[in-house]
Amino acid sequence: MENIKLKATGVIIDEPLPQVPTITSAADQEIINDLLPQKFGKIGKIWVIFLSIICLIGMYAYYRQLRYGLAVTAMRDYVSWGIYISNFVFFVAISLVGSLITAIFRLAGVKWGAPLTRIAEIIALAAIVFASIIIIVDMGSPERFYNLFIHGRIQSPIIWDVIVITTYFFISILLLYYPLLPDIKILLRFKERSGKRLNQFYNFIGSFWIGSPEQFKLSDKAINILCITIVPVAFTIHTVTSWLFATTYRPGWDSTNFGAYFIAGAFLVGAGGVVVAMYVFRKAYRLEKYITENHFEKMGRVLVLLSLLYLYFNINEFLTPFFKMKESEAAYLNGLFTGDFAPVFWFAILIGMILPIVILVFKKGRKPLPVFIVGVMVVVGAWFKRYLIVTPTLLHPFLPMHDVPASYLHYFPSWEEWAITLGSLAGAMLIVTLLARIFPIIPIQETLTEQHEKDV
Amino acid sequence: MEQENNSRRDFLLTGLITAGLVAGCGPKTDPFEAGAKAEAVASGKKVKLLSVDGEEIEVDEAFLKPVPHMPPVSNSEARIGIPGKKFVMVIDLSRCKNLKKCQSACNHAHQLNPGENWIKVEPMQDAEHTAPYWEPTTCMHCDDPPCVKVCPVDATFKRQDGIVLIDSDRCIGCRFCMAACPYSTRVFNWGAPQIPATIAAQPYSCESSIPQKKGTVGKCDFCADMTRMGELPHCVSACPNGVFAFGDINEDSVSNGAETFRFSDLIRDKGGYRLMEDLGTKPSVYYLPPVARNFPYESGLENDKILNK
Repeated sequence: MENIKLKATGVIIDEPLPQVPTITSAADQEIINDLLPQKFGKIGKIWVIFLSIICLIGMYAYYRQLRYGLAVTAMRDYVSWGIYISNFVFFVAISLVGSLITAIFRLAGVKWGAPLTRIAEIIALAAIVFASIIIIVDMGSPERFYNLFIHGRIQSPIIWDVIVITTYFFISILLLYYPLLPDIKILLRFKERSGKRLNQFYNFIGSFWIGSPEQFKLSDKAINILCITIVPVAFTIHTVTSWLFATTYRPGWDSTNFGAYFIAGAFLVGAGGVVVAMYVFRKAYRLEKYITENHFEKMGRVLVLLSLLYLYFNINEFLTPFFKMKESEAAYLNGLFTGDFAPVFWFAILIGMILPIVILVFKKGRKPLPVFIVGVMVVVGAWFKRYLIVTPTLLHPFLPMHDVPASYLHYFPSWEEWAITLGSLAGAMLIVTLLARIFPIIPIQETLTEQHEKDV
Repeated sequence: MEQENNSRRDFLLTGLITAGLVAGCGPKTDPFEAGAKAEAVASGKKVKLLSVDGEEIEVDEAFLKPVPHMPPVSNSEARIGIPGKKFVMVIDLSRCKNLKKCQSACNHAHQLNPGENWIKVEPMQDAEHTAPYWEPTTCMHCDDPPCVKVCPVDATFKRQDGIVLIDSDRCIGCRFCMAACPYSTRVFNWGAPQIPATIAAQPYSCESSIPQKKGTVGKCDFCADMTRMGELPHCVSACPNGVFAFGDINEDSVSNGAETFRFSDLIRDKGGYRLMEDLGTKPSVYYLPPVARNFPYESGLENDKILNK
C-alpha cells in the first residue's frame, strides 16, 4: 500500500526510508522540555528592550540622514565610503558562517556540529538581512533603489553583489526553514507552551508537515541540495564583495589576494560569532547537556585553524607590498604599520588573530569561557579590520588631496554614523534573539534521532 | 591662423543675427511659443548690421530679436553626444601660476555647492630633487573610463564624442565611481546643494549639469552644453594665461581662445603626455610639461592659501 502510493507520486523508493522517530520515553520528554523555546526572563526582557532602544536611536539617525542627506555623516569626497561599507563587509563576512557550520560540516560528515546548525543559520540570516539594509543606508539616493532593476548593468560588480546576496538570502532562509519543519510539528504538539498567535504562526509555516517517511526523505534531499548550492554562493558573495574594492586601482585594494583573503576572514569572524552565541545561549537557556564542553573544544580547534588561515592571508596581503614599498603604496602602508592607523591595525592583528591562536592552541584555552572570550576578541577585531580595509586606502589617493575644505582630509564617523551602525548591529542581535524565542535554538528532532541511535 | 579664427567668428555672428532677423518677431517672444508669429510693427529706429555677404545694412530695431536659446537636447540625445566629434583638452603646465580663474569660472558656471571644485589646481613635486609645479586637474574623460565600468545603473556614461557625463536623475549615489576613479575627480553632493531657488528649479540637463542634486555625484562635464553650441568650456576662456586648450582631435586642432594650435604638432613639439598612462585609462586630457615656464612656482603659493589652510 505504502509503496503503491509512493510510486504514484514519483518518489524514488529503492533506498530505505529514514527512520521516523517517535516520542516515547521519559528521556525524550526531557529533551523536548529542555529545548522548547522559553519565554524571556527578566534579563531577556531587559536585553530586548536595550537592543530595541539602540535600534530606535539608529532609526532616528537614519531619519536625519534621509532629511539632510549624507552630509550628516563624516564622509566626504576623499573618504567617500566609511563605516557603513565596513559594516556591510562585516555583515556579509559573518553571514558566511551559515554555510560553514551547516553545509560544509554536513557535507564533510562532521556529526558533532549538528546542535550548532540552527545558531549558525540564524546568525547568517540576521547578518545577510542587515547587510542588505546597511547597503541601502549607504546610498545617497535610496529612493532610486529600483534603478538597479530597471537600469542595471551586468558589468558592474554592484549588480553581481545584488544578485548573489539575494540568492544567498533565499538559500539561507530555506536552509533554516527545512530542518525546522519537524521541530514545528513538535512545537504544535505542545500548544500550551506558546501563545495563540505563535501557534497560528507555527500552523501557517509548518502545518503541512506530518512527518511521514517520504516527507523526511524529500526534506533530506532538499537540504542536501541546498548545502551543495550554498557553498559556491557563499564563496561568491564574499568574493564579489571583495571585488568592490579589488576592481579599482587604489593602493591597498588593487590586490589579487582579496577574494581568498576576505573569505578566510569571513569564516573566522563567523565562527567567532557562533562561539559567542553558543556560550550565551548555553548560559541563558541552561543547555549544558546539549552544547557541551566538547563543542567548545572542537570549535576552539576550528577557530585556531581559521585564525592561522586568516593570518596567512594577511601576511600575503601586507608583506609583499611592504617588501617592495612602491611609491604609490608607501604612504598607505606606512600609515598602517607606523602611522595614524597603526594602533587599530596592530590591535586588529593581535586581538583578531595572534592572541586567539596563542590562547586556543592550549587545551585549557579551549574551555567554554576562554573560547567565548576569544570569540568576542575575534568579532571585535574583525569589525576594526573591516574599517581598516575601507578607510586608509581612501585617504591615500594617487593625486594630492588639495583644493578641498579641511574637513575632507580626515575621517572620524559622525554620531549619526555610529548610531546607525550600532543600531544595525543591535538589530541583527535582536533578530537572533527573537528567532531564538520562537524557534528551538537546538534542533529538537535531530537531537531525538541522535539519542535514539545512541540507545540502539 | 589668427585671421582665420576671426573670420570664422564673424561668420558665426552674422549667421546668428540673420537667423534672428529671419525669425522676425519682437524681442522677448520665444519663437517656440504659440503665437510667436505675430508681426512686429516698425519702430522707425534703425540699427546697422553686417550681412552674410559682408555688406553693411540697416534694419528696423523692432525686427531684431535675441537669438533664442537652443532647445534643450533630450536625455537620449545627450547620451549619444555630438556625431563626428572627439573632444580633447591640452593643459600647458608651463603657463600655470595657480590663479584658479578656471576653478571659479567653472564653479560659477555649474552652480557648484560652496567648497566643491570640479577643477583642482594641485601643487606637484614628483621627487625630492625635481622642481615643483602647478597642475590643474579635471575629469580626464578617459576612453576606457573606470567609473563607467563600475556604475551599476548607467548613470555615468561615455559618449561618442569622448565626453564622460553623469545623469543626476538616475544616479543612486552608491559612490562606486568615486572609488574607481584614480584621478579623484568626482565630487559628491553630500547635502542639498546651496544654490539659488531659480537655478534649483531649472529643468535638469546632463549636458549642463545644472542643477546639481542632493545625493548624486558630480564632476567636470567638458562643458558639453558649450561644446554643442560650438563654444569653448568655461575654464578655457577664463584662464588669462592660456593654460587650457580645447578642441576636436578629428580636426587635429585645439584652441585656448586666443591661439589655435594643431593638436598633433603641439603634442609632438612640446612632449605632451597623459596622467597615469600605466593604468590604461586612456585619458582625453593631455599635459605639456612645465618647461620654459612663464611664471615661477612660488608665484602661485599666495593664491593657494585661500582654500588650503
